[in-house]
Amino acid sequence: MEVQSKLAILADAAKYDASCASSGGDRRDSRDGRGIGSTTGSGICHAYAPDGRCISLLKVLLTNWCVYDCLYCINRKSSDVRRARFSIDEVVQLTLSFYRRNVIEGLFLSSGIIRNPDYTMEQVIEVARRLREEEHFKGYIHLKTIPDASPELVERAGRYADRLSINVELPSASSLKALAPEKDAGGIERTMSRIHLRLQAAREARREAAALRSLPGASPAAAAAPRFAPAGQSTQLIVGADASDDRAVLQLSHRLYRGQGLRRVYYSAYSPIPHASRALPPQAAPLMREHRLYQADWLMRFYGFGAEEIVTEGGFLSLRHDPKLAWALAHPEAFPLDLDRAPREALLRVPGLGVGSVDKLLAARAHRRLRRADVLALGPSGKKALPFVVAVDHRPRPTDLQALARPAPAPQQAALF
Amino acid sequence: MDVARLPLRYPADWAGFAAQLPALLGGGADWTQAVGDQAALFAEPAQASLGPWTPPPGWDALGRLVAMHADDDRFARLLAFARRLQREPGLWADRLDPDRRHLQSLARQVSREIHKTHAFVRFREVADDTAAGGRRHVAWFEPAHHVLRAVAPFFVKRFAQHPWAILTPRGCLHWDGQRLTGAGPARREDAPPEDAGEALWLTYYRSIFNPARLKIAAMKKEMPVRYWAHMPETRLISELVRDAPRREGDMRGV
Repeated sequence: MEVQSKLAILADAAKYDASCASSGGDRRDSRDGRGIGSTTGSGICHAYAPDGRCISLLKVLLTNWCVYDCLYCINRKSSDVRRARFSIDEVVQLTLSFYRRNVIEGLFLSSGIIRNPDYTMEQVIEVARRLREEEHFKGYIHLKTIPDASPELVERAGRYADRLSINVELPSASSLKALAPEKDAGGIERTMSRIHLRLQAAREARREAAALRSLPGASPAAAAAPRFAPAGQSTQLIVGADASDDRAVLQLSHRLYRGQGLRRVYYSAYSPIPHASRALPPQAAPLMREHRLYQADWLMRFYGFGAEEIVTEGGFLSLRHDPKLAWALAHPEAFPLDLDRAPREALLRVPGLGVGSVDKLLAARAHRRLRRADVLALGPSGKKALPFVVAVDHRPRPTDLQALARPAPAPQQAALF
Repeated sequence: MDVARLPLRYPADWAGFAAQLPALLGGGADWTQAVGDQAALFAEPAQASLGPWTPPPGWDALGRLVAMHADDDRFARLLAFARRLQREPGLWADRLDPDRRHLQSLARQVSREIHKTHAFVRFREVADDTAAGGRRHVAWFEPAHHVLRAVAPFFVKRFAQHPWAILTPRGCLHWDGQRLTGAGPARREDAPPEDAGEALWLTYYRSIFNPARLKIAAMKKEMPVRYWAHMPETRLISELVRDAPRREGDMRGV
């Protein structure tokens, strides 16, 4: 089979993984006289597909042959999808060729399980090793960790990768058992903890090495700490393929952020796959649900919201209002806030005010009183904040809030064109 | 009054402007040959009674970006705001001030253009016996602002061993593996045609798209249509959008 056809199959098979991030690595470049590539630490989206998703990495499977039979997966053993397998050299050359065109930041490599987890992991690692050691590739590499791969292989993967990930797949252990009989939630979390411990050790070693280097007379290159996945680890879970509600999903995320130090949890709305099993829902989960989960996840990480309080409607996030607005409407006692006096944490809970907006308001109010025009000057979202704040020339009417909280009008048949 | 010669060496010469700023503020210079159509603004008499000009922290970073903007009145706005900064203590902390917001908005547009240039430049391979490795990578790009100098370090660091060139209607960058040189404006016809490897990239773009999740507005927001002309994959978009409902139906087996 030609590379062209393999690429069509193995990119198609990889598109269900939502992550395409290239951020968070260390900074390096190719000015040392050999190889190619650089990472800036902040990630670049080189293109966007008509699904609105960022294309930052060459995201492919090494092969979509798989000995597992996870029902939600297009590549499961019992699926009659077309199969292909890249050679290691083909992936290396594709990565370099795309990189030279400036269409990617690097490679995100995953694989179906062939033979056994360790064999598969070795193949995946070999691609990364060739890129790093033979081609001196300095771009970004994200490797998917195969569940139950041996600790020694995880260690090697971390030496070459910027990021490692292992997918939790489903929000509950019982759903995983039902839909992915060969996978086990305990094993996935064990691998995750192992990576977490290893990341902590690497961070510790870097700190010590930096301290040693700063000693008088030390050589600047001395005692460099061994590298281990500087961009940390992430995971993905599918929502809408089982009955778990948003509260369960967000509690799991909270536990993973806290307990496993994950950089990101990705949510993928279940999207029907060709030749799907009957045990799965026939239609896609609403993309809005996925969107709301990302918003709630963001509010938990950067705005001080807890996993418990952010879900306001019987276990699920509101589809109609974003989670911050939904929380504000459910807590009328917390508003309106005085713009001139409210503390930062309280302002961060005002719908329409982001971290940047709050900081601008705080800086300005150190010198003068804030006015309605200042809120509007924050941009289009400033207007959303008006019903929740008071200023010297602004006082919201109670009807403003009531209008927001009123149930949505009955949906009308949209005009076709 | 002294008549300063035009101190700008190129359109985004922030250092040249910043060096001239104290004299402009102090009324010791009369910038007659202003960039673009700004002579009237620079003719406003300065108030010599104000103290020496001490730029606040962050002024340099803001000005550097604003100076790259394509608007003709960018330097006039910077000068006008510097005058206000001298007169109004606390103004710099007030990022909601309308003049400040305008400058921040210009700076943001420029930062975004730099980022998008890093992202959307598309190199094509050209055989070149004089280049190391026998080939060069050449791109055509049309930046909306004067960002060419600002984007150069990114490409030098990334492709340090590989000769490349970026051609634009505002000027060109050439890297030979050792040295970076600038050149005058290029024309679109100077850029190379499609090369053999491009088809693989098009296949990837087609295959990684998920037809069950059409979100055209989100795509256009991050990849505005004005960039599409020099990104080969964008010519697939109309076909992908048109076929999406059918492919989604196939996915569900209907």
